Amino acid sequence: MAIRSFLIFFIFFFFSSLNPILSLYEDQVGLVDWHQQYLGKVKQAVFHTHKTGRKRVVVSTEENVVASLDLRQGEIFWRHVLGSNDVIDGIDIALGKYVITLSSGGSILRAWNLPDGQMVWESSLRGSKHSKSLLLVPTNLKIEKDNIVIIFSNGRLNAVSCIDGEVLWEKDFEGESLEVQHVIQPTGSNLIYVVGFASSSLFEMYQINALNGELLKHESAAFSGGFLGEVSPVFSETVVALDSTGLILLTISFQNGKISFQQMPISNLVKDSFGPAKIIPSSITGIFAIKMNAVTIVIRVTNENKLEVVEKTNHETSISDALSISEGQQAFALVQHAGHEIHLRVKLAHNWDDNLLKESVKMDQHRGLVHKIYINNYIRTDKSYGFRALIVMEDHSLLLLQQGEIVWSREDSLASIIDVTTSELPVERDGVSVAKVEHNLFEWLKGHMLKLKGTLMLASPQDIAAIQSMRLKNSEKSKMTRDHNGFRKLLIVLTRAGKLFALHTGDGHIVWSHLLQSLQKSKVCQHPIGLNLYKWQVPHHHAMDENPSVLVIGKCGPSSGAPGALSFVDTYTGKELSSLSLVHSVAQVIPLPYTDSTEQRLHLLIDADKYAHLYPKTPEAISIFEREFSNIYWYSVEDDSGIIKGHALRGKCTGEVADEVCFDTRELWSIVFPSESEKIIATVIRKQNECYVVNGGYGRWVVHTQAKVIADQEVIYKYISRNLLFVATVALKGSGEIGSVTPEESWLVAYLIDTVTGRILHRVTHHGSQGPVHAVFSENWVVYHYFNLKAHRYEMSVIEIYDQSRADNKDVWKLVLGKHNLTSPISLYSRPDVITKSQSYFFTHSVKAIAVTSTTKGITSKQLLIGTIGDQVLALDKRFLDPRRTVNPTQAEKEEGIIPLTDSLPIIPQSYVTHALRVEGLRGIITVPAKLESTTLVFAHGVDLFFTQLAPSRTYDSLTDDFNYALLLITIVALVAAIFVTWTLSERKELQENWR
Amino acid sequence: MGAGRRWAVDFSDNSTAPSSRDIPDPPGFTRASVDQDDSAVSRQKKDAEANWKAQKAWEVAQAPFKNLLMMGFMMWMAGSTVHLFSIGITFSALWQPISALQGVGKGKLSYDFYFSNAVDSSKFHFDFAVFEPYKDNKVDLLGPKLLFIALNLGGLALGVWKLNTLGLLPTHASDWVSSLSPAQEVEYSGGGIPL
Repeated sequence: MAIRSFLIFFIFFFFSSLNPILSLYEDQVGLVDWHQQYLGKVKQAVFHTHKTGRKRVVVSTEENVVASLDLRQGEIFWRHVLGSNDVIDGIDIALGKYVITLSSGGSILRAWNLPDGQMVWESSLRGSKHSKSLLLVPTNLKIEKDNIVIIFSNGRLNAVSCIDGEVLWEKDFEGESLEVQHVIQPTGSNLIYVVGFASSSLFEMYQINALNGELLKHESAAFSGGFLGEVSPVFSETVVALDSTGLILLTISFQNGKISFQQMPISNLVKDSFGPAKIIPSSITGIFAIKMNAVTIVIRVTNENKLEVVEKTNHETSISDALSISEGQQAFALVQHAGHEIHLRVKLAHNWDDNLLKESVKMDQHRGLVHKIYINNYIRTDKSYGFRALIVMEDHSLLLLQQGEIVWSREDSLASIIDVTTSELPVERDGVSVAKVEHNLFEWLKGHMLKLKGTLMLASPQDIAAIQSMRLKNSEKSKMTRDHNGFRKLLIVLTRAGKLFALHTGDGHIVWSHLLQSLQKSKVCQHPIGLNLYKWQVPHHHAMDENPSVLVIGKCGPSSGAPGALSFVDTYTGKELSSLSLVHSVAQVIPLPYTDSTEQRLHLLIDADKYAHLYPKTPEAISIFEREFSNIYWYSVEDDSGIIKGHALRGKCTGEVADEVCFDTRELWSIVFPSESEKIIATVIRKQNECYVVNGGYGRWVVHTQAKVIADQEVIYKYISRNLLFVATVALKGSGEIGSVTPEESWLVAYLIDTVTGRILHRVTHHGSQGPVHAVFSENWVVYHYFNLKAHRYEMSVIEIYDQSRADNKDVWKLVLGKHNLTSPISLYSRPDVITKSQSYFFTHSVKAIAVTSTTKGITSKQLLIGTIGDQVLALDKRFLDPRRTVNPTQAEKEEGIIPLTDSLPIIPQSYVTHALRVEGLRGIITVPAKLESTTLVFAHGVDLFFTQLAPSRTYDSLTDDFNYALLLITIVALVAAIFVTWTLSERKELQENWR
Repeated sequence: MGAGRRWAVDFSDNSTAPSSRDIPDPPGFTRASVDQDDSAVSRQKKDAEANWKAQKAWEVAQAPFKNLLMMGFMMWMAGSTVHLFSIGITFSALWQPISALQGVGKGKLSYDFYFSNAVDSSKFHFDFAVFEPYKDNKVDLLGPKLLFIALNLGGLALGVWKLNTLGLLPTHASDWVSSLSPAQEVEYSGGGIPL
């Protein structure tokens, strides 16, 4: 026995030394994975360009990121991602060394050390009334040698010490019905003005002593016309507002505590004015701007509070905030669009007629309009002022302009990805030049010689560095053609800005980007929202010559009835093939399992009135659709009313919406959850790409087999239906945050529902449990994550569903002869006989997202990819979530691979897919099968992007990347040579032997 | 008689009479042992040979038994998990009896063994040639042949049994079901929470 076990051990050791291990070695980082850091659309930017130290700009973004960027290259010095419920209201730099951020609706104030981004202090501000949050860092205001920060938030005015974040004084405005619009601190004085509106027609002004918060004066004056929107301060004691109709400009001055109104109808200023105006918020002395429809008007306020129009333009205009460049001098910048160029002008506030700077910069059309501009000055060698401008474009990109050129740009739209799909790259064509091949061959040999040196431990440190950089910069991986293993693909991502990007999976570079026409603001579509991406055309054997394309679905506005917008984009070139503005809304998009002769997939769009519209609108598509008409169903989940409804198609539309591709539907069934005890919090179906082979024929399953072999060669049949829906409901009381209810009041119910017939196949109640529920559905199992209130821990449960009606297919001879019905098509209306197995385990982490690995044929075992709260991706073998686990598995079960049952799931530090990196603000994990069965591609996105390849059962079907072909080649050559040499020697010897 | 020829011994001369020769027999040579009755001597000789052949044939027929024991030990060593070692052993255990059995019928060495190693093929060589030299009208080779076949069949059975314990025989329903693709569903449904 000992010999045998030794032998087995030896063999195991021998084989395991051949296989790569699951976790990474340090030098393997970056070989197949890449990580990109983004910020999101910049909301506010503050420059820090003092003579000493590095020049930087601090930004806050809509993704709740506060970051310090290098002004020379645009690289991130440091970055903090605040949570999604910690929205940044304002940032500023205090004392030249602290970055002050106000967040969470003005209730949290933090100071970060400017050079390294460490938090210095944090203080929370009290207050209950919801109000505007304003942050003010006065330059020369000190209380006992202490610089202060003035914050207005939640109906209170606070003065906070810069040094330690202590609240020095606070003034309560909560009692009053005041809607504070602005807090003004005239430079050089110890006064603070708080201005706002009360009861829509009353203007109020409070004058406060900045040193102790004492109320000095309170004035109010009524204006019968009422007020609209924001105010714009033009002088320290004068603001400009609009009346409630938006037609009259009001100059409100409160000098010496006396409030006086001056009215000026806009029509008096601008001859052909039309429609109500809007004030563009800015803070430039003596200048403000209003916008009427597409016309921007810049108005100057003279000292006598007279208004005069200085500019009126049809071009899209953005105005920066004021920048004080010297004593009493303020500069500001204006950016205007003109075709392919943008015009940047920098002017002094009190001198409109002269330009300090006038530049034209060529701008890519795919960046859209300038949304925001921030300027900063520097002193040129000739002592004159130079200006640099940071601009935020419509596509959320961030650019630094200096001396008429774009110094750097950041594609920060990639921080807000809505949907991801993949596309194959073009097939490699013939005609590679000989020179290139020779070069490659030489490089190849050189590389392998280096590797050989490394293997034989002859390499010097320089060689090792060269080997490592060669591995990282492998030109193969970023090639623009399809590879044999299917590792190189295009990731097509749709971002919140309405921009579509194609990222190369090899190294993550942007292959193309396109700002979608259909998702840009226009007359017809005021608030376009991008929704989803679908594979529209995936050419393979039928239509190989055509390029693949994707369908982008959007809608105009957040309401359910808003009309939809479609775009078709070629994934090789990034060209928008066509875009459609729909007359109907889009409530559901159902990609059908049928394609036409050009491999365009049929899509059914359901509108808010429950009419189905078929795309593409071709006679061929209609004929295919009508053939399968009676087999197509759809369901809708109304989560606010707690109803799931199933529908079938009835016939062509009638009435005013009559159309060739419009179909009427009828309701078949509905499941009504009792509204007082159950609220739908999660629904999950199997991923689309699991139902169909991505690049294969339609209707083929990626599930490899329908049977599961258990111990002793027994077979159980998986219940594999593509029409299964997992629904999780919680008690209405328990739908709040974790811990807000007692275990007795809360429960969680999990359902498995057949979406064709509405049959509930399985229902399980977890008492004392609470959401949020994250779930993943694959093959015949669903795994979900929730909180167990009784155990005070997170839990993960698995439900596996098996088909009993096929269980009697046990006769080997029948199976050998093919006399079985296991592969014949089945109808869901035949009564299913299912059994479920389930088990629950504790899990340490709370979870942001769950996904499962998917491979081409579904043979490779699966891993769950769990996006943890720490923004990392953890790979957990599905074997840990097997309901057949027992505490003491039998020998047969052990051989099958069943792990002894433990109460909690293990977290193995080596199985973090993201190794040492973090995918900040993790939102989604996508897995795409590579062509190689063992390997799957994983893309995780949030504020950061991360991509890697995974082999859940190790790469059993290919040699590893660092396999030394040169060594193999040399060995073979040496062996062949040795064979020849020994052969001739033996021939000779034999001859001599014979002669003797 | 020529003068050049002085003497000659004719060993082929079978005549028993010494008188017929001019030279006497060398000392110690007794012609009697050779000089026997032709039929009696050859029969005796043939009987001995047949005996010896039969004995040898039985010996050869029993040879696979040792092989069997050896195989059994190797199989025990290899264990019941599927890996290179156990598969190699099992297949050689299967191949050996098969090729030996082929040799029984044909008795010709006309096979090349591409996939068995040198030691094995030399053994096969022996097996093949094994019953050819003992072919004799008087020797009944049926018994040894049957034993040889039985032992080899036993070896084959052992190999098959080993194959089965390794789980490589498709004797279970699971072996036939696993390759079947899942059944198609007629209906298709899609949808979800409204966008």
